[in-house]
Amino acid sequence: MRSIRAAAVGAVTMSLALAATACGGGSSTDGGSNDSPKTLTYWASNQGASIAIDKKVLQPELDKFQKQTGIKVKLEVVPWSDLLNRILTATTSGQGPDVLNIGNTWSASLQATGALLPWDATNFGKIGGKDRFVDSALGSTGAEGKDPAAVPLYSMAYALYYNKEIFADAGIAKPPTTWAELVADGKKIQAKGKSALGAEGANVSENIHHTFVFAKQHGGEFFTAGGKADFTNDAVVAGVKQYVDLMAKDKVIPTGDAEYAQNQSVSDFAKGKQAMLLWQSAAANLKSQGMADDKYGIAPVPVQSGTPGTGAQVNSMVAGINLAVFKNTDNLDGSTKFVKFMTSDAEQKILNTAYSSIPPVKAAQEDASFNSASNSVLKDTLATSAAALPQVADESQFETAVGTAVKDLFADVAAGRAVTTASVKAKLEKAQQQMPAK
Amino acid sequence: MHKNSPGSAEKAPRRRPGRIRRIALPYLLLLPALFLELLVHLVPMVIGIVMSFKELTQFYIRDWGTAPWSGFDNYKVSVDFDAPVGQDLLHSFFVTVVFTILSVSFCWLIGTAAAVYMQDNFRGRGILRALFLVPYALPVYAAVITWVFMFQHDNGLVNHVLHDQLHITSKPSFWLIGDNSFYALLIVHVWKGWPFAFLIVMAGLQNIPKELYEAAALDGAGMVQQLRRITLPSLRPVNQVLVLVLFLWTFNDFNTPYVLFGKAAPEAADLISVHIYQASFVTWNFGTGSAMSVLLLLFLLVVTGVYLALTSRGRRTADV
Amino acid sequence: MSSPSSPMAPPRSFIWSRRIFLTLLTGFVLLPVYVMVSSSLKPLADVMGKFRWLPSGLTIRPYIDIWSTVPLARYFVNSLVVAGAATVLSVVIAVFSAYAVSRYSFRGKRVFTVTVLSTQMFPGILFLLPLFLIYVNIGNATGIALFGSRGGLILTYLTFSLPFSIWMLIGYFDSVPRDLDEAALVDGCGPLGALFRVVVPAAIPGIVAVAVYAFMTAWGEVLFASVMTNDTTRTLAVGLQGYSTLNDVYWNQIMAASLVVSVPVVAGFLLLQRYLVAGLTAGAVK
Repeated sequence: MRSIRAAAVGAVTMSLALAATACGGGSSTDGGSNDSPKTLTYWASNQGASIAIDKKVLQPELDKFQKQTGIKVKLEVVPWSDLLNRILTATTSGQGPDVLNIGNTWSASLQATGALLPWDATNFGKIGGKDRFVDSALGSTGAEGKDPAAVPLYSMAYALYYNKEIFADAGIAKPPTTWAELVADGKKIQAKGKSALGAEGANVSENIHHTFVFAKQHGGEFFTAGGKADFTNDAVVAGVKQYVDLMAKDKVIPTGDAEYAQNQSVSDFAKGKQAMLLWQSAAANLKSQGMADDKYGIAPVPVQSGTPGTGAQVNSMVAGINLAVFKNTDNLDGSTKFVKFMTSDAEQKILNTAYSSIPPVKAAQEDASFNSASNSVLKDTLATSAAALPQVADESQFETAVGTAVKDLFADVAAGRAVTTASVKAKLEKAQQQMPAK
Repeated sequence: MHKNSPGSAEKAPRRRPGRIRRIALPYLLLLPALFLELLVHLVPMVIGIVMSFKELTQFYIRDWGTAPWSGFDNYKVSVDFDAPVGQDLLHSFFVTVVFTILSVSFCWLIGTAAAVYMQDNFRGRGILRALFLVPYALPVYAAVITWVFMFQHDNGLVNHVLHDQLHITSKPSFWLIGDNSFYALLIVHVWKGWPFAFLIVMAGLQNIPKELYEAAALDGAGMVQQLRRITLPSLRPVNQVLVLVLFLWTFNDFNTPYVLFGKAAPEAADLISVHIYQASFVTWNFGTGSAMSVLLLLFLLVVTGVYLALTSRGRRTADV
Repeated sequence: MSSPSSPMAPPRSFIWSRRIFLTLLTGFVLLPVYVMVSSSLKPLADVMGKFRWLPSGLTIRPYIDIWSTVPLARYFVNSLVVAGAATVLSVVIAVFSAYAVSRYSFRGKRVFTVTVLSTQMFPGILFLLPLFLIYVNIGNATGIALFGSRGGLILTYLTFSLPFSIWMLIGYFDSVPRDLDEAALVDGCGPLGALFRVVVPAAIPGIVAVAVYAFMTAWGEVLFASVMTNDTTRTLAVGLQGYSTLNDVYWNQIMAASLVVSVPVVAGFLLLQRYLVAGLTAGAVK
């Protein structure tokens, strides 16, 4: 034992000596520089059906940019599973890309780290001004009252995708507009031996996106106006319970979906096993999985009653991808130029068409190609009945805590346990206590 | 560390001229290892300990030197077992302890049994031995992802066999979420880990002099008695190391649960390393995460120390 | 173990229990291997639906597609370079250290061995972020890019296998008779000459065992690789996850890719297992 102690002491002394000399803080420069004006590194999120597809979509555009400006863009498409970790490590070390995609719901969280370039009036001026962008998209770029941490790049909204053939077989004339109708239609579909609705029960983000909308429809908010977590108010509990009840009580979501986390429900839909899917801008995905455009219809996500709108009539989150500039960039001018290029009307049309998303840039959105039946549903939703997820610094912890709570609730259903208001509340209570103390 | 045979000093080469060189040589030989251990293990560990005393949240990760000192706050949060963070850590700790005990026991039992059964030569022994080592040789992710495929609820082999073919369960079970996930994890881990025990015990058995068995056989001892009187006692030193190594690997295992369940493990299978990973990387609280790791390290140090003290007593007294 | 001329044939009950036990164990061991191999030869429809023991048709399509769905070849090269370099360096460094500990008496010897061995119990998660900071700082100070490079990963992995390797080789070197190096010294070799001409050749099985262990450690590591690599330096362990983060989970391709990345290690392991047992016998478990 004596030798172990000696070893410990020795090790600690030696390493302290080394640590003292070797380690300072993370980032050295602040605010960026223009030390290497000819190259840029760009981290793109995985928007297409595969990383290879993303490269095929983006590379020609990057080549165009190089031709225009002489700046070579090094592209890396980062899978969603890695993206947040990579951003975190880049933030900690100051070594990262120059320009990067972020999920728009992370904006406020990443803004709080101070790693992203704030888009003040001057910076916005360099890319043509803030007015070029749609308001709903700007609402998801950072905490209120602060300069946005990012610029909207692609906008998406949730919609109800339904299989026309299955609907016809089951004698359903038009897609459901309320949850009660959806459940009733679901029974008819199940009577025909198909599964009604899909869900990604073990996918934390999907759970958040849906429960956020359900809570809204019950008049609930996950955060108080002052930005404090408030997960256990009755409206939120009722909203979460209604979503889980689609599997537990209404049984329109198969229990097998409780373990889905890799978009298996999209495949189930594409393969015609399942009649309905609640998804954001799924057209390109469905196509890549071999489902033709005319096989499915697209309708607004149901509400409790009436028609989609604001307040309790909200039926989607504002989904989308933002483009951010890393503060430590050594090519600030080039980065800004690149953002300008990516948000230009022409590029917006090309990129959003490729990813079946909606351009957050007003001029591009008006293009005829975004007026198709499916796109107009998404466009209308974004314009009239979508709400941004809470823009608070703790957003990413909120996604993890509540998303995991819902995942656990689905697991309970799958295991045959009852889901009651009390059990939902208990899970949310626990999630709330995991949030950082204020 | 036990191989420090006395008398090596006398036998050390002394014919070379130059006393300084002779003294310096061992240190020179150790230098690369020492440097790397410091760089990759020890200095980071010290930094990790420093971090555990800081409030290292998303607001400060950009320049962690400026993060405010928080004293023992991170530790207090971690061990406040009345609050959810502490409760969860404690739960995760117990899950890990139970999991480790079961996994190490099964790995050891299966490994030893297989090694003992295969002590004698029989037809196909060589092939079987190679076969048994396959799970250990497979890269973790390749092996675990195959198990994920088998454990799927709708389309997995396990449910297909248990439910569709043997009708043992009334409806398909969930293996990757909920309570069963513990058993899924255990099965995968034992499957992957037992060949290591097998390998080590097999090597240990080769060191037992054949004469011992022959003498025992002459005395009329049967298979069981030979096992009890010769095999197991002779394996004691081997087992001492084997169990410790299995324990440490199992307790710290990150790869298996991470590939099996992803970033958020089900409660029933919430092993401590994934739990800490989630506490630091997913909720962005690296201070608390570091404090939890330090606690884990302390626990492992104590267990290892006690274990070595207990199991070493009475043997190798000459070696201390 | 015992030769065919063993004095006593084992009793029938023993043979039967052995048959049963080993048969069950073989089934347990082979089941996932069978699933991996058979699924990798199935068309996509077979792996998307209910599990089937036999494929509806055999196809080698997955083995062709895996190379284009994700840049598997690049990951493969990265893994080979990283694991190969980490193995070579780890073995060389371990040989030096083990020789010093085995043959010399010096102050701090126990401190060294105990410290090195105790790093084996460090939870990786504790030093992941600090290590990453150190690499970045070294990069900033010296211009040597460790973070995100293969070099950084090589250093990390070789250190992972170092403690076990040193410990095993100490045991192995101790078992090499000292008279041999004494003789070499008398013949005029220096201590290093004695090490490489006498001790290392005598310890080949141990060194092979250590090399196999080091290679496997580096080949399979997930956690550090997921944070410390980028698009160009990504290793197989992380790259393979690319198949399942897609919108469609191509299980047949995942299985094919798993098999392809497993073949080198498993084949190497099985070829060298004879050494491994011999090495362990003389080294670790003596």
